[in-house]
Amino acid sequence: MAEPKRVALFVTCLVDLFRPSIGFAAVKLLEQAGCAVSVPTAQTCCGQPAYNSGDKRHTKTVARQVIAAFSGFDYVVVPSGSCAGMIKIHYPALFADEPELAERARELAARTYELVAFLVDVMGMTRVAATHAGSVTYHDSCSGLRELGVKSQPRQLLASVTGLTLNEMPDCEVCCGFGGTFAVKYPEISEQIAGEKTAAISASGAAMVLAGDLGCLLNIAGKLKRQGKPVQARHVAEILADMTDQPAIGEGSG
Amino acid sequence: MRPQSHAFKANARAALGDANLQQAMNNLKTGFVARRAAVVALLPEWENLRDAAIAIKKHTLTHLDFYLEAFERQVVAQGGHVHWCRDAAEANATVLKICRALGAKTVTKGKSMIGEEMAVNDYLAANGVTPVETDLGEYILQIRNEPPSHIIAPAIHLVKEQVAESFRQTHTELDPARPLDDARQMCDEARGILRKSFLAADVGITGANFLIAETGSSIIVTNEGNGDLTQSLPRAHIVLASLEKVVPTLEDASTILRLLARSATGQEFSAYTTISTGPRRAADIDGPGEYHVVLLDNGRSALLGSEFEDMLRCIRCAACLNHCPVYAAIGGHSYGWVYPGPMGAVLTPSLIGISEAGNLPNASTFCGRCEEVCPMKIPLPRMMRHWREREYERHLSPARARWGLAVWAFLVTHPALYRPLAEIAARALGFFGGSRGRFRTLPFAGGWTDGRDMPAPQGRSFHALWAERQRGRA
Repeated sequence: MAEPKRVALFVTCLVDLFRPSIGFAAVKLLEQAGCAVSVPTAQTCCGQPAYNSGDKRHTKTVARQVIAAFSGFDYVVVPSGSCAGMIKIHYPALFADEPELAERARELAARTYELVAFLVDVMGMTRVAATHAGSVTYHDSCSGLRELGVKSQPRQLLASVTGLTLNEMPDCEVCCGFGGTFAVKYPEISEQIAGEKTAAISASGAAMVLAGDLGCLLNIAGKLKRQGKPVQARHVAEILADMTDQPAIGEGSG
Repeated sequence: MRPQSHAFKANARAALGDANLQQAMNNLKTGFVARRAAVVALLPEWENLRDAAIAIKKHTLTHLDFYLEAFERQVVAQGGHVHWCRDAAEANATVLKICRALGAKTVTKGKSMIGEEMAVNDYLAANGVTPVETDLGEYILQIRNEPPSHIIAPAIHLVKEQVAESFRQTHTELDPARPLDDARQMCDEARGILRKSFLAADVGITGANFLIAETGSSIIVTNEGNGDLTQSLPRAHIVLASLEKVVPTLEDASTILRLLARSATGQEFSAYTTISTGPRRAADIDGPGEYHVVLLDNGRSALLGSEFEDMLRCIRCAACLNHCPVYAAIGGHSYGWVYPGPMGAVLTPSLIGISEAGNLPNASTFCGRCEEVCPMKIPLPRMMRHWREREYERHLSPARARWGLAVWAFLVTHPALYRPLAEIAARALGFFGGSRGRFRTLPFAGGWTDGRDMPAPQGRSFHALWAERQRGRA
């Protein structure tokens, strides 16, 4: 038997702080796919807060750290389209004026993937061993969709979940209004766009909304809860890994 | 118009609370977005067309001086004039000079965003020449004394009841009891009023969608036919055009025209595509006696060779506005100057400066839908980021944000320090989030929690739990 692929998990700062269960769901799925998973300790954040604020100097400092921490693995897998896109699309552009680092950034980019795209496109996973009795709807997070082409992969795996039905919402490809620093700088506009998204989610009739980015999910779940809507929000990896023992996002144990 | 882009946040807040605006903006989704998608799906060669159009524009921009001079030679050969203007002041003075030479009292005007950039209406009115907008949307805005909020649908921020009210207030010579409930009635009323202006005008001003170097022609596209009456009835036709509107040939223009209407309104072609070449000839039965092209730079030549050069490919279709979640939420007036939405977020700082327009490239979620639908594949998010970088480099971004970024950068580049802090934060927030699993208010996050809850962390950091799991396995 071939050596298992050595996969480094880039946890992301939001998953680390807010929802470690997504990280463990990712590890479970990767191990099911036959990967040997490591979690490099010198990782924190991909640098988007600085990059999207125009602060290239600090972005480069963070990016250099990520490039160093994730060298030597077969693949780097990220349970977030926007953080994966940052490494895969933006790091090489960031170092355009530093040829040596640009080369290392391109090398890292070539083996970096969003989690679900990796499972399907690289590991050839076609189904998962999971059960979820209920209807879900899937929000296509912008970076995953437009930068990385994550669209069919989550739907393909969700179709194999026993008992699950997928009710597509209208405008599933329209932004939820999170936008990272955007939600902090322009909270009122962000919140209005989030309201459009929760209306679309309600229109789907689904009991749960799934997405591949925790940032979007914090925004969507926060809006759903404020509106008193009964729809639950979870990261798609939690359903695919059959790990729904933790309360849904924004819900308590009590 | 005096820029109000610096007041973006206050403008946006007002827009979010404006019930009429919010109702009007709902029409974007069902109208332009759905129709564009349907008509693009019918064209298998769409992507090839985009690439062909981009190649035309790139080639032209690389040889812009050559094609502009070729254009001028052809205009002159047809008996027309080209006026090279560095800025709005020069362009306005040129227009006024032409009007004065003809003793013009009124001018009719087709829709022109360059005219908005120049604020030509205000300038003419202040100098004794009365401008009359003939595009229905622009006419409505003129009588309401408002700027356009969209580059192809200038009055999209209004609902029809507001238009009816403005008509009643302005058209006082008409029966006050007349019905004005539907668009047809209002359209007919405006048509009747404007007919007199068309016949009375001494000069007609239009914009240009294209300038054709090989023939010296200008092209406008409209759906109302107002442009044709504006430019052919008066004694002189003045074309207001920025210099990146030039393309080498009519063939090139027709390639780009196939993209324009589909991207803009979801039509296969606009109702009118009008080609103007020089003034009336001896054998022509009608047409203007003079043909002038006011060629405006206004900061565009400075974009050539810069990281913003791709912006000069823009054909003003407004697909980026129509598909932008931020534009849909706050409307065009919030952006505070002529060009709103994603294209405005890139172009406005280029033309009036990043210190005035700094909010515009920041007020984007970087969702990327604008670039996805742009027929010219202009990398709008990338260029918005370039503006943020320039703003940051020039220390124009808020001190609190810069300080916050410096602290954040220090922490995230010291993982051994960051990790225990993340664990403490996860535990503390998880504890205070308690059994509800979310916060209704949070110190320092008031903006977020004004309109939505903040989900609470689960209570432990991933890295702490992972370390425990690894120790357990060892």
